[in-house]
Amino acid sequence: MKEYRVLSPTAILGYGFPEESFKAGLDRKPHLIAVDAGSTDPGPYYLGAGVSFTDRAAVKRDLELMIEAGIERDIPVVIGTAGGCGAEAHLQWNLEIILELAKERKWNFPLGIIHAELSKNFVLEEFKANKISPLHPAPDLTEEEIIATERIVGQMGPEAVMAVLEKGAKVVLAGRAYDPSVFSASAIMAGFDKGLAIHMGKILECGAIAALPGSGSDCLLGTLREDCFIVEPLNPNRCCTTTSVAAHTLYEKTNPYILPGPGGVLDLRGTTFIQENEKAVRVAGSKFVPSESYTIKLEGAKRVGFRTVSIAGCRDPIMIGQIDTIVEAVRERVKDNFKRYGYEYFLHFNIYGKNGVMGNLEPLASGASHELGVVIDAVAETQEIANTICSFARSTMLHYGYPGRVATAGNLAFPYSPSDFKAGAVYNFNIYHLLYVDNPVTLFPSEIIQTGEEG
Amino acid sequence: MSKVKLPQLATVIRSKNSGPYELTLDVIFKDQESYEAACKARVINKTTIAELYGIQEDDVIGIVEFSPANAIKATIVRPYPSGALGETDVYGAQQHAPLLDLEVELN
Repeated sequence: MKEYRVLSPTAILGYGFPEESFKAGLDRKPHLIAVDAGSTDPGPYYLGAGVSFTDRAAVKRDLELMIEAGIERDIPVVIGTAGGCGAEAHLQWNLEIILELAKERKWNFPLGIIHAELSKNFVLEEFKANKISPLHPAPDLTEEEIIATERIVGQMGPEAVMAVLEKGAKVVLAGRAYDPSVFSASAIMAGFDKGLAIHMGKILECGAIAALPGSGSDCLLGTLREDCFIVEPLNPNRCCTTTSVAAHTLYEKTNPYILPGPGGVLDLRGTTFIQENEKAVRVAGSKFVPSESYTIKLEGAKRVGFRTVSIAGCRDPIMIGQIDTIVEAVRERVKDNFKRYGYEYFLHFNIYGKNGVMGNLEPLASGASHELGVVIDAVAETQEIANTICSFARSTMLHYGYPGRVATAGNLAFPYSPSDFKAGAVYNFNIYHLLYVDNPVTLFPSEIIQTGEEG
Repeated sequence: MSKVKLPQLATVIRSKNSGPYELTLDVIFKDQESYEAACKARVINKTTIAELYGIQEDDVIGIVEFSPANAIKATIVRPYPSGALGETDVYGAQQHAPLLDLEVELN
């Protein structure tokens, strides 16, 4: 029977995996080892700042095992969304780790690199040509927003990965990629059904999260056939059930029946999930439906200021009873004190114990907490102004004379000295839009370098 | 007729981002019977979600019943985009709690 086996070691490169599970996966003679390295979930900071949310040593450890296995067994290794966000800074960070490993291990292999960061000028031109549309509920885009963006990436589809594999890359390091792209590209090249390949990639991209018990730091094996695919964990302590696999299909998605991606949608209305054996689930009927025009999802983040935070606790019931009015009074005092300088800042008091987690979505009437956690959050156009606002709000709140106060030594319990933390630059997502493209590959230029010979 | 709370029928009740602008709520029922009972009772609909979270029904993007997983999911507009100033839950992973109190009427 014609089969294509894909080994997914972990949910995110750097999240780790047990060597035992990985070896069990290699024993199944996979045709591909692939891993997703990123996500927008950790928020806009990492894209904006150009840094990884995974740790360098942890990423290096995972890559060493994966590339070593790939080289020894002549299996391609494909990494998607390098460095967590897949912009140029992230790609170069991850590339440096691979080159360092190649030097240490004396590896010599063709390494394909696919870029996914788009220039602001290009995006601006496309915007002016009406080739960008918003993804509800993201706000409409403007030229000013594009110019203000720090970095913009496009999510490549499997075509861009196929193009570099066709050029002979043994290891592929891709910038921002639609998660299933790196798991499905080589199978689509081998002639397998695109809908099944992408759906299998969608389940594999989170490693053993689709198993029971679920884990983001363990391996999952996918076996693609002509009319179905089978997923199974490689750790004897886990199993896949029809519910665990089907449930993963709806994870982080709005509509589990229709999953939009580059160039079309994955239509799961006719998908069936059948228990193959006690550990494995067989999935069939998933279809890829190409759309009339090919679209790529864009992601961008812009810097909105610099942050300083102060963390404190409050145990005085008299103060807790009037915390809202105290916060407002402190806010007014800060505003009044610096009015002559015209500072622009955002000052927020996040009160844990009083809607600190759910904010306006909180259905419970609050006020029953015997202690409160207070996080004073100041964001301003410079770090100095953020420091000033946070420091002044903190000292004002510490000594604020609210009605009925008996604890005149201070209103806040600080767990740390210094009490204020400079958190640096703050970013917002400001582009989350679709770009219409004529060609799914040209947007993502690639190159192949020979490791060990790069100088 | 008897009333039970959602956790008695479900094995998973969770919230998570669906991209930076949406929050999605998943309820995975313990078996097909519980799932079908919940679907029949229309326990999770635009109105119940809007009431539980104090939002407009227009901000409930969709309710989907997904029988392969015995699951019902609801997706709402995030009150703030992930990581925006004033935001409190970047991953959106702790917004599920109101669902734990939802009551289901069983025949």
